[in-house]
Amino acid sequence: MSPGGHGIAAARAGASGALEARLRVAREGFALAADFSAPPGVTALLGPNGAGKSTVVAALAGLVPLSGGRVVADGRVWEDVSAGVRLPPRERRVGVAFQEPRLLPALTALENVAYGPRARGIARPEARRRAADWLERLDAGHLASRRPAGLSGGEAQRVALARALAADADVLLLDEPLSAQDVEARAASRRALAESLSAFEGVALIVTHEPVEALTLAGRVAVIEAGRVVQQGDAEALRRRPASPWVAALAGVNLLRGRLEAAEGEVVLACEGLRLAVLPGDLAPGAEAAAVVSPRAITLSIDPPRSSARNVIAGAVASVDPGIDRIRVTLDTRPPLTAEITRESLAGLGIAPGTRLYAAVKVTEIELFPA
Amino acid sequence: MRPPFFVVALAAVATAFFALPLIGLVAEAPWGSVGSALLTRQVARAAALSALASTAAVGLGLALALPLAWVLARTRFPGRRWLRGLVVLPMVLPPVVAGVGLLTAFGRRGLLGGTLDAIGVSIPFTTAAVVIAATFVSAPFLVVTLEAGLAGLDRRLEDAAATLGASDARVFRTVILPGLRPSLAAGVALAWTRALGEFGATITFAGNLQGRTQTTPLAVYELLQTDAGAATLLSVALLAACLVAVVAVRGGLFREPE
Repeated sequence: MSPGGHGIAAARAGASGALEARLRVAREGFALAADFSAPPGVTALLGPNGAGKSTVVAALAGLVPLSGGRVVADGRVWEDVSAGVRLPPRERRVGVAFQEPRLLPALTALENVAYGPRARGIARPEARRRAADWLERLDAGHLASRRPAGLSGGEAQRVALARALAADADVLLLDEPLSAQDVEARAASRRALAESLSAFEGVALIVTHEPVEALTLAGRVAVIEAGRVVQQGDAEALRRRPASPWVAALAGVNLLRGRLEAAEGEVVLACEGLRLAVLPGDLAPGAEAAAVVSPRAITLSIDPPRSSARNVIAGAVASVDPGIDRIRVTLDTRPPLTAEITRESLAGLGIAPGTRLYAAVKVTEIELFPA
Repeated sequence: MRPPFFVVALAAVATAFFALPLIGLVAEAPWGSVGSALLTRQVARAAALSALASTAAVGLGLALALPLAWVLARTRFPGRRWLRGLVVLPMVLPPVVAGVGLLTAFGRRGLLGGTLDAIGVSIPFTTAAVVIAATFVSAPFLVVTLEAGLAGLDRRLEDAAATLGASDARVFRTVILPGLRPSLAAGVALAWTRALGEFGATITFAGNLQGRTQTTPLAVYELLQTDAGAATLLSVALLAACLVAVVAVRGGLFREPE
């Protein structure tokens, strides 16, 4: 067991740094047949509860044997059923943050984070120094000497994240990494995680059932439903051509990132060319924020609407995409806004590419998140 | 349902039943002669042998019980239930039967007697026989507690350690062993006190030779025929030793169920 694990029967098949997975796992009452790839950088594995996301994590980590398929990470074969190759978990360079933190109860938070470096042969002082550094980056430095039993769910999760990041892995597997963070800690944790991931050179796979989390943390999304990866691509591709109603409803949202500004007694989100009035909640002007607007919450009209909606945006139709049961109309605003309308509305408004329209969005339909 | 009054009354009777013999020991002991009765060569040698043999039995028992408990808790094979039954049988076997069984296995004319004789080893009626008898009757407590402890461990923690690159030895040292600590404490306390009190198998397999095989319970038995007061005092001493052992691991053994 060499520290890098690179001397093993696993041939390097073109080291691109990417993770290529063809996962077949047969379990009682559940079959996983997930094919996807993740280039270096952050990819979100997005799917509803029960879609098989945690099974993907277990299979990639080597904790659940594949019944078929193969896993190649950075050109190194981790598992190949037809070739009879299967590296044990410790020989895969993974850093896993499980959905439930799984901290070792006999060790302090610091020792838990230092565990990976220690197991890979790094001397104790250096391992502890790295562990302290990672805890600090995830706002958990003050927890270093505590044992897991004395940590809250959110604290334990941050320690588990630090442990995964400290493992010096080629592939990070983070299963619902922010699920246990309470509302106040969530924004800070998201930012700390995003910063840590931006410095990470390998493949980071973030498993989540929350589209906002997927879209705010990852540049690329793989959507998994009922054990199958139904779609992969960037947020725009998912929004434009959702492969399933679930993707359409959840991933096909308008995500607008910008800065909050105070203007004439209200708070607006300035996002490229758009200025949206929002309900800021406890976010103050000056804060970075992301607004999520469901395409169904946007109404389109030919004439300026006389309604209570405070946000009215003018634009020309850039594209008309037939969705699963509705039509998705995207305007050429910056950033583009997508609305979902029925076939009847499409015919009634006489919409075609180039048609000039007004989009109205009620303030109460805009969900605002700290970004 | 809260127990009705008559159940509480019966519980009080049960308490008296368990407590009276212990009260009797303490009340009837001739405390005035405690020095002359206990500070004898016979008692000193018996106490030393008991301490040594019980501790050795627990050590030997751990070496035997841990692998067995591990196999029982973590593998599935035909006959597993029979194996578990076989292992716990010494807990319910009459000790004298255990002693006869040990003689038929390791005695001069026993199953392994010829083999042991050929290499110049004779076990019966030696201190080694005392340790073997004590191990035979006490190790099952270790198997049972360790198997339950292993079965109760969260294996997902071992998985997490493995993904961090830990070898099997490191997983055992840093995850399994700390997780087993309560079971180990309970098992060691039960096995040590059981070994300390062992009588029937010892007298059958090892005999009752002062200084070589006469443990404290055997000394109590012998004294009872010559000096009942000394026997009572020595019994109180044994009781105290068992209490100390149990209190020492109270956290693991008598913790209030949560």
